[in-house]
Amino acid sequence: MDKALKSNRRDFLKIAATAGGGLLIGFNWSACDSPKMKVISNEEIYDKAINFNSFLSISPTNHVVIFSPNPELGQNIKTSFPMIVAEELDVDWSNVRVQQAFLDTEKYDRQVTGGSGAMPHSWQRLRQAGATARQMLMEAAAKRLNVPVSELKTDKGNVIYGSKKLNYGELANEAAALPVPEDVELKQVKDFKIIGTPVKNVDNDAMFTGKPLYGLDVYRDNMLHAMIQRPPFGMKLKSVDANEAKKIKGVKDVVTFKDNVAVIGEGTWPLMKARKLLKIAYEPLDKELESTAFHNSKFDEMLNSGAAEVKRKDGDVDAAFKNAARIIKSEYQCPFLSHSPMEPMNFFAHVKEDSVELIGPSQTPDKARNAAAEICGIAPEKVSMELTRLGGGFGRRLRADFVEEAVELSKMLKAPVKLTWSREDDITGGAYRPAVKYRFEAALNGKDELIGYKLSGVGMNSGNSTRENNFPAGAIENLEIRSMEYKSSITTNAWRAPITNFLAFAEQSFLDEVAEAMGKDPVDFRLELLDKAKTSPVGEIHYDIDRMKGVITTAVEKSGWGKKQGVSQGFSVYFSHRSYVAQVAEAKIVDGKAVLDKIYAVTDCGIVINPTGADQQVRGGMLDGMGHAMYTNLTFTDGVADQKNFDTYRLIRMKEIPEIETHFIDNGIDPTGLGEPALPPTGGAIANAIYKVSGQRLRNQPFSNEEGMKNLNLGNPA
Amino acid sequence: MANYKLQVNNKNYEVDVDSDTPLLWVLRDNLGLIGTKYSCGISQCGACTVHLNEEAVRSCVLPVSSIGEAKITTIEGLSDNGDHPVQQAWKEVDVAQCGYCQAGQIMTAAAMLKKNPSPSEEEVIDGMNANLCRCGTYHRIKEAVLLASTKIK
Repeated sequence: MDKALKSNRRDFLKIAATAGGGLLIGFNWSACDSPKMKVISNEEIYDKAINFNSFLSISPTNHVVIFSPNPELGQNIKTSFPMIVAEELDVDWSNVRVQQAFLDTEKYDRQVTGGSGAMPHSWQRLRQAGATARQMLMEAAAKRLNVPVSELKTDKGNVIYGSKKLNYGELANEAAALPVPEDVELKQVKDFKIIGTPVKNVDNDAMFTGKPLYGLDVYRDNMLHAMIQRPPFGMKLKSVDANEAKKIKGVKDVVTFKDNVAVIGEGTWPLMKARKLLKIAYEPLDKELESTAFHNSKFDEMLNSGAAEVKRKDGDVDAAFKNAARIIKSEYQCPFLSHSPMEPMNFFAHVKEDSVELIGPSQTPDKARNAAAEICGIAPEKVSMELTRLGGGFGRRLRADFVEEAVELSKMLKAPVKLTWSREDDITGGAYRPAVKYRFEAALNGKDELIGYKLSGVGMNSGNSTRENNFPAGAIENLEIRSMEYKSSITTNAWRAPITNFLAFAEQSFLDEVAEAMGKDPVDFRLELLDKAKTSPVGEIHYDIDRMKGVITTAVEKSGWGKKQGVSQGFSVYFSHRSYVAQVAEAKIVDGKAVLDKIYAVTDCGIVINPTGADQQVRGGMLDGMGHAMYTNLTFTDGVADQKNFDTYRLIRMKEIPEIETHFIDNGIDPTGLGEPALPPTGGAIANAIYKVSGQRLRNQPFSNEEGMKNLNLGNPA
Repeated sequence: MANYKLQVNNKNYEVDVDSDTPLLWVLRDNLGLIGTKYSCGISQCGACTVHLNEEAVRSCVLPVSSIGEAKITTIEGLSDNGDHPVQQAWKEVDVAQCGYCQAGQIMTAAAMLKKNPSPSEEEVIDGMNANLCRCGTYHRIKEAVLLASTKIK
C-alpha cells in the first residue's frame, strides 16, 4: 500500500472550488523548511506535503505529490492522470511522486474505473488542477520579484524571469496565500512536454520487487481469514454439516449467511482444506436448474418468437425484405465468460462499533462503501475505503458482492476479516459476460444492392443485447434492430466492452458476408456505407463518420490491404467507448495449416497521453478479444459451471499470440479512454482472415469448438 | 502441525504448519513474503513461481514438507536493490499492466536465463508459455526476456 500521508498541524490546507465545478485543489506546504540540495526520500517528501484531499500538493523540496483518484487495474491511469496534472503545472516528471487517493467523494466526483470513461471525464479537470497551481505560483513570483506576471514563464518546476529562477517549492507558501484564479490558461497541444512522451508505469519498482500493492497483500494484526462456499445458481442452502471441516487445525469457525457457508480461520490453506470437508445440501429455488443445452434452446425459442423489442427502426424493413431478390441470413452465438482477473476477488473489512474500515480492490469504491454502510446501518461517511492496486478487473470489480461478503463476516465475527475467493470461486461465482445469440438478415435487390438490414439479439441477463445506433445504422435505408433477454438464474455483469465484446465480432463478420454476396471488397463496402451515411444519413448517427473513415484508410495503408501476396487479410472496424479502432488480421497457410500471423491496429482515441501505455492497452485489448474468441468456453450443468480453473477454462498464452503492430491517429482531439475500444474489433478481423484463408466462416465462439477448426492450428497453439 | 526450518532469501525461518501446506501459503500467511502471488492454486498460471535452489517451481503445489534443505528465493530476494537484469529489463520495457502476474513471470524468466543465458525467441516462448498474463503483456514479456539476456552476457 502507498504510505498514508500524515496530517501536520504546522502546515495548512487550502481548498478552493474552481469555476469548472467540483474540482478541489489543495496546496499543502510546510511552513518553515527550505529546499535542500540532497537526495530526498519519498517519505520525506510525503511527510512535508501533507494531506491528501486533492489532486496535488507541493513539497518545499520542490517535489510534487499528485493524487490519482481512480482505481488502477492495469489501464495505467495512475501514470497517465498525473502526467496531465504535471504537464499543466509544468514540472519535471522526475520530481513527481504519485499517490493513490483513498475514496473521497467530496474531493473527487467519479472514482470509478469502468466504461473507458475516466479519461474523457477527467481530462479538463486534471489540466485545470495543474494550470491553476501554476498560475498561483507565477503570481507569487511576480509579487516577490515585483514584476508583472505577464513577463514570467515557467519551466520544469521553476518560475523564470530573465536570468532569475525561483523553484515552486520556495514559492509554495506565498502562492498558497493568494486567491485562487477562476480562469486560467491551458497549454496549447503543441506545447506539451510530458503528454505524448512514453512515461513508464509509476508502480514498476514496487510491482517488480514484490511490494504489497494488491488487496490480497493486506494483512492486519488479529485478522481472520475467510473463504465462502456459495450455492449453485438456482439453488439455496438446505443444511450444512461442518464437523469434519472444523477439525482442520487453523480453522476457527464455520458460519452461514444468505445461503453461503463461510469457513473462518487463521490462514488460507486450512480454509482451502476445510472447504473440501464441508457436507452441504442445497435445494432448488422454484426455477428450472439451467444447463447450456437449456440456454441453447431458449435462444432459438426466443429468436423465433419474434417478440423482441424494437430498439431502432428506419424506413420500411418489411417492404424491403418482401421485395428482396436475395436474403442473406446468419446466426452468431457466444458463451458466458468469467472475467478471471489474475488476482481473485478479495476484500478486507473491519466493522467496528461505529465505523467500518475497508481496504481492497474495487472498480466502484463508492458503491462498495454505500453497501457496507447499509449492511452496518451507519452513515457512508463512517466507512473509510483504501484503494489497493487491482490485479485486473475487466468489469468484475464493478460489483460490490465480495465487499458485502467481507463486511457481513466482519460484522458477524466482530473482528477484522480478509475474504479470499479461490480461483474456482472466481470462475464459478457468476457476474459473467452474458451468453448471447444474434440473428442477422440482409436484403439485396436484383442489382445486388443492400436494401434492408435486420438484427435481432437474445441475451442471458444481457439487458439490451444490441447497440442499435452502431454502424451500419444510419447508412441503410431500411433497418431494424431488436433485442430481448432471458432472465437467467446465472448472474451477469459488465465484462470489458460490455455487449460489443461479442456484438462487434458478429456485426463485422456479417458485413463481410454481405460484402461477399454483393461481390464487393470488405473495405470498399464499409467506405461506401460511410459515404452514404455522410451524404444521405438515415435516422440518427451516433458515430463520427470522418474519424471512422480515418482509421479505415490508415489501416489500409499500414497493412497494405489487398496488395500483399501469400497472406489472407481480414478487416474489421469499430467505434465503442468513444474511440475508433480498425484492424487488419493476416493469416497464411504453413505446412497445410492456417496460421494467424499478424494483426494491425489503428486507433483514434484523440490525443495519446502516454504512448507506452496506449500501446499496452491496444495490445492487451486485442489479445483479450482474440483469446476469448478463440479458446475460452464456459458451459453449465444444472446451475454449476463445468470449467472451474485455468486447466479447463482456457486463456490465451504466449505461444498463441500473433505479431501486433499498433498505430494511432494524431489529430489533437480531446482524449478518450483505451481500456476497452481495441477489444471489440479483434474477433471480426481474425474470423474474416480465417474465412479468406480457409473458406471456414466462424459464427460461434469459441472458434476452437467449431467444426473444421481442428485442422487449422491457428496461431501455433500449444 | 509440524516444525519446518526454511531458508528463504538467505534468511532462516521456522514455521509450525501442516505438512501439506503449500510453500505459497507459508510465504504469504506465515512469513509475510507477499510478493509471491496466488492465482490458480493448481500450477496452471505461474503467478506463484519461486526458485528452489536454482529451479523455477510453482509454490502453490509444493508442500512445505518436500522442501528439506533447499534454498528458496522469492521475488523479494531476487536482488538486493531490484536491479537483477530481468527486473531492469522489465522496467525498461515497461512490461506490466495490472502487474499481478509479473513477479511470477520475472522469477520464471530469471531461472530460465540462469540455465540458458542466450535463448532464441522460440526458447523464450517455450520457457514462458506456462505463465499466464490475463492483461496480455506477452509481447513485452518476450521483449524483456530477450533484453535481459543481453544484460546477463
